[in-house]
Amino acid sequence: MEVTLRIKRYNPETDAKAAFKEYVVDVEPTDRVLDAMNQVKWKHDGTLTYRRSCAHGVCGSDAMRINGRNRLACKILMKELGKKITIEPLIGYKVIKDLVIDMDQFFDSYKAVKPYLIADDAPSAVERRQSPEQRERYDDTTKCILCAACTTSCPITWTNERFVGPAAIVNAHRFIFDSRDQGGAERLRILNTQSGVWRCRTIFNCTDACPRGIEVTKAIEEVKRALLFETV
Amino acid sequence: MAYHRFDAVIVGAGGAGLMAAIQLAGKANIAVVSKLYPPRSHTGAAQGGISASLGNTEEDHWKWHMFDTVKGGDYLVDQDAAEVLCREAVDAVLELEHMGLPFNRTPDGRIDQRRFGGHTRNYGEGPVRRACYAADRTGHMIIQTLYQQGIKHNVNFLDEHHLLDVLFTDDGRCCGVVTMEQRTGEIHTVHAKAVLIATGGFGRVFKVTSNAMAGTGDGCAIPYRRGVPLMDMEFYQFHPTGIYKLGILLSEAARGEGGILRNGAGEAFAERYAPTLKDLAPRDMVSRFIHEEVKAGRGVNGEDFVHLDLTHLPPELIDAKLPDITDFARTYLGVEPKTEPIPIQPTAHYAMGGLPTDVEGRVILDEESRIVPGFYSAGEAACVSVHGANRLGTNSLVDLVVFGRRAGRHMLGFLPDAELPPLPSDPEFTARAQIADLLNRPKGERASELREAMQEVMMDKVSVVRDAVGMTEAQREIDRIRLAYKNLAIDDRGTCFNTDLSEALELGCMIDCAEAIVAGALAREESRGAHFRDDFQTRDDKNWLAHTLVYRTSGGLQMRKKPVTITEFEPKERKY
Repeated sequence: MEVTLRIKRYNPETDAKAAFKEYVVDVEPTDRVLDAMNQVKWKHDGTLTYRRSCAHGVCGSDAMRINGRNRLACKILMKELGKKITIEPLIGYKVIKDLVIDMDQFFDSYKAVKPYLIADDAPSAVERRQSPEQRERYDDTTKCILCAACTTSCPITWTNERFVGPAAIVNAHRFIFDSRDQGGAERLRILNTQSGVWRCRTIFNCTDACPRGIEVTKAIEEVKRALLFETV
Repeated sequence: MAYHRFDAVIVGAGGAGLMAAIQLAGKANIAVVSKLYPPRSHTGAAQGGISASLGNTEEDHWKWHMFDTVKGGDYLVDQDAAEVLCREAVDAVLELEHMGLPFNRTPDGRIDQRRFGGHTRNYGEGPVRRACYAADRTGHMIIQTLYQQGIKHNVNFLDEHHLLDVLFTDDGRCCGVVTMEQRTGEIHTVHAKAVLIATGGFGRVFKVTSNAMAGTGDGCAIPYRRGVPLMDMEFYQFHPTGIYKLGILLSEAARGEGGILRNGAGEAFAERYAPTLKDLAPRDMVSRFIHEEVKAGRGVNGEDFVHLDLTHLPPELIDAKLPDITDFARTYLGVEPKTEPIPIQPTAHYAMGGLPTDVEGRVILDEESRIVPGFYSAGEAACVSVHGANRLGTNSLVDLVVFGRRAGRHMLGFLPDAELPPLPSDPEFTARAQIADLLNRPKGERASELREAMQEVMMDKVSVVRDAVGMTEAQREIDRIRLAYKNLAIDDRGTCFNTDLSEALELGCMIDCAEAIVAGALAREESRGAHFRDDFQTRDDKNWLAHTLVYRTSGGLQMRKKPVTITEFEPKERKY
């Protein structure tokens, strides 16, 4: 079937500002949006620029705004989107070229919450024990692929560049609720500041945007509750 | 241009590269170069598990694991290396747990383990639970955990840098790499005493593959152009269960948890071929079983696929242990695995071959194991060889953790006494010439046309079953593509994030890998592991119990043999 892709293009070397360009592609209903974009790049216009790698929703490279919602181009099929599809870069970060955004701030926020196990009690020749229930407690937030779909769907992130954003909080949650971790208090202190969890207005855009089905807003609420009621 | 000086540079930020980096962080001045952001590396797509004989749920021993690895590799495995792999797997998995990896747990809180293809108790008696796992996203957890550790240890990452060249001195020492920063197009020379290539595999040379689009063999092809051999390239693994047409991986864990392959008649055909292990026979064999069924007209509706059936498994088990792969079936096929079988076909998955190394990760040059000072490789890019002619499921993750760690530790010992070798007089010459050439061609074929032609012919003639006639055809086609490559033209002539250019560079690397695969496969006139020749259907230990080394020379390709190291297990016929 024929579908029109309306893609927001911007090349800093030639364009004063971004503009939409349309491409007609011939696709199967079961093709991914990424397949349609590849068709443009490989058959029509090699200058079209986007990140991609695994092509099945696990590496997090190709998050973009598709018909107004943040999606992975490799995890949404043509049949779900109609005959005319609008593709734009994620909102909130500087555009480098076409659909490629500057991820520096995203990864800086991630790093700011100390996203690694803090524990100095590793036994020598065996594993640490953790019950299946303790493991289940933080399972949801281990699924994050750092694609930035959640953070760039959040209106607070759009207007407040100091806000750490949903993805960073998700990754803090992953450790705060891990029974093996000893850095919870430290991370909670970081998230209790001006740029932390209290910026969140429970809008749920992040949950809707997550391609891994993480209940992002719920995770943020759990961090807030941990701060209010000292449940960690 | 930009010039950087480090003690060591690691190219590739998947499991092997990061594991090496963590050994060196804080103790040496290192950089990790990746053409992606590190957590996007293809290690993250691994699903089923990482084997180690922890014996948490039933009796197990590293020597059983070693036997399975050797037999699974159809006795082409270097057994001294397999011993290292299986002994150190235990400690490596525990180290991952200590770093925070969220493994699934047993009721008493230990790392849970499950069954996987070709892993057995007591030298082949029956399946054993050896694969440590985190649902069906074990690789995701490994890449996340190692990246987290990289951040913790302040590793210096050069993200989105494309490898253009590996530099050697005239007397054969490795002295750095040349990269292109995607964002600016700027060329960087990274001058170092040691280089580790951990760039992964090259599944993208085939049409149907589980590999990421980044899996284009850059780190294998570039040293190969500079005279370093590639080893055992003819051994390329086709995983039996890729999503039909798309090639997306559906983990062997699906069968480890009880899933069954069925042909068009609904028959569980694997037991006809492998009465003991059935669906859990090694991948090379199961892929051939599928090929046989399809050839005999027993594919589903007579077509070229069969079914992976999970419908008899408890739905809660599917949700708990196989959530991602069942989600893939829903997303990409519209199939509900709890009630419907999933259409699958073999998919190009893993390179057993690559840059030859010793057990310390040092790249070797010949059958005498002469090393290249300062040049290391680990993970899928390397060939130690622990996988021989066919890798067992889960052993890739073991390989990259164990040998990434060993390479990192060996580099740590190497660096203090090593002096910084001088750079070649114009280190960026080759890289700049290559890029200027690609950017200045007025008109020509698109890279995509050549790439598709290569992927078609490799899939058609050099996959699960091969013969001389087909492979000679493939060789001619690769030669034609190489020639046409000299005239391809790209649309994007800019410097900022020019992925048109990087895709053309990647195609050049894939052509080299494809050429080496075909050369090895044509030379090896026997069938062993993943290399099955219709015209030489049996294993020939008399002539071919040997690794192949392929060299690219000005006079054409040269093949040499390297003996296999056998310590414990004499070659036997391989039955399951």
